[in-house]
Amino acid sequence: MIFVTVGAQMPFDRLVKGVDEWAAARGIGEVFAQIGPTDWRPRHVGWTNFLDVREFKSKMSEARAVIAHAGMGSIITALELGKPILVMPRRGVLRETRNDHQVATAERFRELGRVAVAMNEEELPHKLDELSGLLPADRIGPYASEQLLGALRRFLAGTGGP
Amino acid sequence: MGDHRNCILAIASGGGHWVQLLRLRPAFEGYDLVYVTVNQTYRTDVAGERFHVVKDGTRWNPLVLIVMAAQVLCLLIRYRPDVVLSTGAAPGYMGLRLGKLLGARTVWMDSIANVEHVSLSCEKVRGHADLLLTQWPHLAREGGPRYEGAVI
Repeated sequence: MIFVTVGAQMPFDRLVKGVDEWAAARGIGEVFAQIGPTDWRPRHVGWTNFLDVREFKSKMSEARAVIAHAGMGSIITALELGKPILVMPRRGVLRETRNDHQVATAERFRELGRVAVAMNEEELPHKLDELSGLLPADRIGPYASEQLLGALRRFLAGTGGP
Repeated sequence: MGDHRNCILAIASGGGHWVQLLRLRPAFEGYDLVYVTVNQTYRTDVAGERFHVVKDGTRWNPLVLIVMAAQVLCLLIRYRPDVVLSTGAAPGYMGLRLGKLLGARTVWMDSIANVEHVSLSCEKVRGHADLLLTQWPHLAREGGPRYEGAVI
């Protein structure tokens, strides 16, 4: 199963439409999309507006690949589960989010080799065709770096400590 | 007061902000925790811990923000945390500003999503955060935010 997720806050029909059309054109039936608060309906893939935390993790665990907006909740959860992930950033000018921060996030995480990126709906079908070539990513551990945890522990201990 | 353990109020809005907060949990061992977020279903992530939900003021809707601020203030008065820590966004900003007024020490960790510049909230809590962190070395500045590693 290929799992598509756009987060809970805003719709991202441009991404889901792209995946919907691609799935129809390629005859791929095993796609499930969480599409957020939108009235638009995909025609060729399974969908729901929202998933609770457990359902979200369960769908992601089952998936062989994840397609998502460039939101950190989606990216980090996919990395924690070792799933290959293709992201398409929301655009501020299209009112898909407040600004273009997802574009920079997507580019930086691509440079780090953590995600594949389709910058827009024109690139999306080609990147989707390459999905099966994406190798499962190395799973990241469940917690922040020791450096960050150490800095926080030191700060917290300054209050008197546990 | 002999068994008093220091209390951390850890507050974050939904999605990536919450996911990043959860990745900090090993640093919280030994403290009393109060988790505050915007989505009831996140309760399962911190089963057995104190957990509260406030309005999601992420879109900066003024009415929602006022209700959220009141909810955050009630929690701060109820628990009187020693530390208020946030990974963003609007609820965390509110928690830090109000927590600081009530005498708590404050931590703001800006989201790893902010790779070009820190968030508006991060700019706005500068001067009110005792520890101000970015997760990208190139965004660290004299006077904060500091870079001390990242959530991944």
